Amino acid sequence: VRSWKTCEPPAMSETVRKKGLTGYILLAPAMFWLLLFFLIPFYSLLAASLFNQGGSDFRGYTMVYQWSNYSEVIQSYWPQIVRSLIYGGIATFQCLILGYVLAYAIAFKAGRWKNLMLVLVIAPFFTSFLVRTLSWKLILADDSVVVNTLQFLHIVSPDGHLLYTPFSVVMGLTYNFLPFMVLPLFASIDKIDYRLIEASNDLYANPVVGFFKVTFPLSLPGVISGTLLTFIPAVGDYINDQLLGSTQTRMIGNTIQSLFTEANDYPAASALSVILMSMIVVLVFMYVKFAGTEDLL
Amino acid sequence: MRWLRSKIVLILGILVLVYTFVPIAVVVVMSFNKLPSEQSKIYRFNAFTLDNWLHPCADPSMCTALRTSIFIGLFATIGATILGTLAAFALVRHQFVGRSSTNVLIFLPMAAPEIVMGSSLLALFVAGGFAGQLGFYTILIAHIMFCLSFVIVTVRSRLAGLSDTLEQAAADLYATPQQAFRKVTFPLVFPGILGAALLSFSLSFDDFIITNLNAGTTTTFPMYVYGVSRRTIPMQINVVGTLMLIISVLIVVGGEVRSRARMRALAGPKPVRADSVVAAASARSSAGALDAV
Repeated sequence: VRSWKTCEPPAMSETVRKKGLTGYILLAPAMFWLLLFFLIPFYSLLAASLFNQGGSDFRGYTMVYQWSNYSEVIQSYWPQIVRSLIYGGIATFQCLILGYVLAYAIAFKAGRWKNLMLVLVIAPFFTSFLVRTLSWKLILADDSVVVNTLQFLHIVSPDGHLLYTPFSVVMGLTYNFLPFMVLPLFASIDKIDYRLIEASNDLYANPVVGFFKVTFPLSLPGVISGTLLTFIPAVGDYINDQLLGSTQTRMIGNTIQSLFTEANDYPAASALSVILMSMIVVLVFMYVKFAGTEDLL
Repeated sequence: MRWLRSKIVLILGILVLVYTFVPIAVVVVMSFNKLPSEQSKIYRFNAFTLDNWLHPCADPSMCTALRTSIFIGLFATIGATILGTLAAFALVRHQFVGRSSTNVLIFLPMAAPEIVMGSSLLALFVAGGFAGQLGFYTILIAHIMFCLSFVIVTVRSRLAGLSDTLEQAAADLYATPQQAFRKVTFPLVFPGILGAALLSFSLSFDDFIITNLNAGTTTTFPMYVYGVSRRTIPMQINVVGTLMLIISVLIVVGGEVRSRARMRALAGPKPVRADSVVAAASARSSAGALDAV
């Protein structure tokens, strides 16, 4: 069934890279755009995080190297920071479990339905992010079928609810970022030579041992990129929390957003953004180091 | 029992798929729901109606927002696709100094959290004195920025998969470089460009976090949905959600059918790899993103 894998097209022939100015001219507009609207803004963000707090977006701020902005936002918003990491972590872990099952099933068990299943994985996510998150609000609402059933089964207490709790927020995060996990996992699992798994069976490894000694290690690149690609947007997200959570579940994204758009406290919001970005950079490096694939980044 | 054991992973996988479709089913069903008069009952299916489909613009502000989103999506797609395709050609076919830092610059926007990109862009606009002019153009600038990397990665992977032997053959047959490009290279790369454009449009159309920070008083469709989520939710948003689903599935299936037919015509019965589907929709999450560096 999988023999076509062995007749891959011949290795890419060495396309001759042309010398001269043309390359620079073709590249320039895109790089200019990214420099101006992606890289330089980071500098503005860093600068804004050190502004005086008394300014406003119309009167302007002054650069006073106010490092206390950082200690102040950490002091006031550390619960939101910690909460984001926890919610993002749990959601990523749940995505890994669900995503692995799905990716494995598609890669090895779907047979001729492989393409169809891949399309089905992506299809739900073509609907607007906000519309499908709102849809969870309907599903988890207090008198919905789900909640009533769970109450009937005494899993949820009669006056308990699911909506506006940490549960619903983590649930929304898990749901919305699942494809970011499934697709890299699939790409990685699909590359595994199934004969290796068969060999482990022949050598009397039971399926569980075979999985942890053969399949999982071989899929590690997918696990790593999937985890990163799920965790990063999940930690910074605020839509799920805004629609499915309450003031008790606010995450760092919500705080940054409301500081920018409602409180107009640009220095604090910028400081918080910088903190989020640095946390993610540190975590990514630690994770990649720990997982032992430095060559990934 | 043995049957169950051999199928258990597939069954679990299908269950996960079913789970991803639960909210979609709700969206489709709710698009036929008649909005009840009592505020407390809005979370339940009330009564069947076709009104939402017949009068999608019952709330004119929704259609205004939808139009804004479509326009921004189109312009952002055109901008990002042109800039990105040029850059992809440069990356694959040309020599230049600073290749690795270029790769890093392309990779970063795909990895940075949206809230950070959105807030830093806002910080730039405010610092530049554009705080009062936030709106259509600032959203457009932002969208081109975050679509660019995805276009570059998608087109580059298509280009890298083509060896230049066909172009050399064209040159051997006395085609000028312009002719070879127009008749050989471009048609071969075109599916990749099209996939990148579709991906850009869907990224732009669906973006909320970056848009919301840089929108000023302009309202896009996701912002409209966000706004009404705290009030009575008009059922028409479910009509839009359903339509988005139908249109994109048609595009994906159509593309797949075409590439299958073409493959069959070109090479006889040969298994089609899922690449074309995955490449377009997963550039965002593909391992390719990490290979980029």
